[in-house]
Amino acid sequence: MSLDVRAPVQSAPESAPARRSAVGFLLGRTSHASYVVNGVRVALVVVWLGSWELAARTVVDPFYYSMPSKIWDKLVIWFTDGTSQGSIWSNIAITLEEAVLGFLIGTLAGVVLGVVLGRSRFTAEVLAPFIKGANAIPRIVLASLFVIWFGLGMSSKVATAFVLVFFAVFFNAFQGAREVDKVLVDNARILGASRWDLMRTIILPSATSWILASMHVAFGFALIGAIVGEFTGADKGLGILINHSQGNFDAAGIYAGMLITTVLALVAEWLITLLEKRLTSWRPPAVSQAAAI
Amino acid sequence: MTQITSSSPPGTATAAICLRGATKRFTTLDGAGFTAIRDVDLDVAAGEFVSVVGPTGCGKSTTLSLVSGLEPPSAGTVTVHGAHVTSIPDGVGYMFQADAVLPWKNVLDNVALGLRYRGVSKAEAHARARDWLGRVGLTGFEDRYPHQLSGGMRKRVAMAQTLITEPDLLLLDEPFGALDVQTRELMQNELLELWSGTGAAVVFVTHDLTEAISLADRVVVMTAGPATVKDVVTIDLPRPRDVEEIRLTPEFVELYKRVWDSLREEVEITRARGASHVA
Ligand SMILES: Nc1ncnc2c1ncn2[C@@H]1O[C@H](COP(=O)(O)OP(=O)(O)OP(=O)(O)O)[C@@H](O)[C@H]1O
Ligand SMILES: [Mg+2]
Repeated sequence: MSLDVRAPVQSAPESAPARRSAVGFLLGRTSHASYVVNGVRVALVVVWLGSWELAARTVVDPFYYSMPSKIWDKLVIWFTDGTSQGSIWSNIAITLEEAVLGFLIGTLAGVVLGVVLGRSRFTAEVLAPFIKGANAIPRIVLASLFVIWFGLGMSSKVATAFVLVFFAVFFNAFQGAREVDKVLVDNARILGASRWDLMRTIILPSATSWILASMHVAFGFALIGAIVGEFTGADKGLGILINHSQGNFDAAGIYAGMLITTVLALVAEWLITLLEKRLTSWRPPAVSQAAAI
Repeated sequence: MTQITSSSPPGTATAAICLRGATKRFTTLDGAGFTAIRDVDLDVAAGEFVSVVGPTGCGKSTTLSLVSGLEPPSAGTVTVHGAHVTSIPDGVGYMFQADAVLPWKNVLDNVALGLRYRGVSKAEAHARARDWLGRVGLTGFEDRYPHQLSGGMRKRVAMAQTLITEPDLLLLDEPFGALDVQTRELMQNELLELWSGTGAAVVFVTHDLTEAISLADRVVVMTAGPATVKDVVTIDLPRPRDVEEIRLTPEFVELYKRVWDSLREEVEITRARGASHVA
């Protein structure tokens, strides 16, 4: 039962300067060369978009490959005049709501089940083949099934997001609960901890870095679940906008949808990193941001 | 002057800890089983301080884990205050050989942990924890996390964490092993002071014979693994003691020789085994 596990980045003791520069590097916060780094980044984007635009205007056919100016126009239209499915904000809100719900329920279920099974060898052994089997199901296909079960409304998309998130979090929580240092558990038991105390003060905090490591990918999965769910059938949402753009051979619309989704994922990633920093403030500063990439 | 008893008479009502024929076998991966301790007979009276010495890997920590109720014996009996040990007995405090402070709690919360588990209010638990931090010389470090402390400071946090529950049965597994000599002597005196008058039974595992003798009422010498009790040396030095001064007395030197004579053979056996493993 150890497939799909994303190991947390352990807080290996390191020399402080190495640590700072590694973190700075990943967060783009290196103090001394930050303008240089940012300058080069901006230059890269300009060169990339410029050459794309230029190529689309000269050699390649923008009908297939679109071009930055068209994508920009599309975004402007979406945000000012609205989309074929109503205001862009309401579409974003729907997709976000599906993803967030699926993410929250999936994370909760994954953590609870993972930690409980991680601490009970017998149940884990009994359930192992079933969980492995369930995990082997191509989960995207479930989206179709959920449309039949839950209809075209929001719940089928939440369900798709849920299954994607659940397994990602479950395996990590399971592994995290197993890896708890035995001497910490023994010490707490001697000090008078009840089963619940153990769970709350030893097992969960100890598994937290494992769980958080999985949450970084899990929100991405939740978005994928929501959008794939919308692809399968819906009347609102970013997935349906992308789907319609595809139907209309509107490459710019697909890119615009992709861009909005990416921004959502990055914002969520930033929030999860904040949460992680809060929950693991007890740890020595380390390169834990690497998990965010 | 030194009295040698192979083992105290069978447990009376006052014996805080009583092991009879205690044996522990661990199941190993190859299924052969590994005997860590065999036929250990040991009595510790309430208010008595017993040091346990023995070669490395002989089974000292295993013996403590049986007394604490964390591990059941494979054979023999373990009783605490006359009752068979089936789970963790009330009033037991156990300072582990390995680091057992919670890395995600600060020093104050770590020390207050036992009280919090016992339902003491946060305010009172913190107040008492502060008091204990003062006693182990860590005032001012309340808000630090364990990774911000030195190894010796972490040991002192663990000591306060264990003592705050006021155990009447105190199991200490090489508690001062990681300390520098000066702090160690300070803590030894501190421990004696804290213990005197509490009536707690103490089992103190150490590799340091000077420490073993200067603290204890009796020193138990264990054989090379699988350990059993080889020898019990009664330490009839007067109390209250000052560990730095007592070790200079001729009586102390006499006792040291006595214990070391007994232990040396076992250490040599253990070393020879290690050498044959390497060869
Ligand atoms: N859970 C276990 N499974 C198998 N063998 C074990 C287990 N715990 C301890 N042992 C073995 O039992 C023997 C005694 O271990 P123990 O930890 O009690 O030694 P010790 O006397 O405390 O040694 P030290 O002085 O080095 O701490 C060792 O050989 C060890 O390998
Ligand atoms: Mg040991």
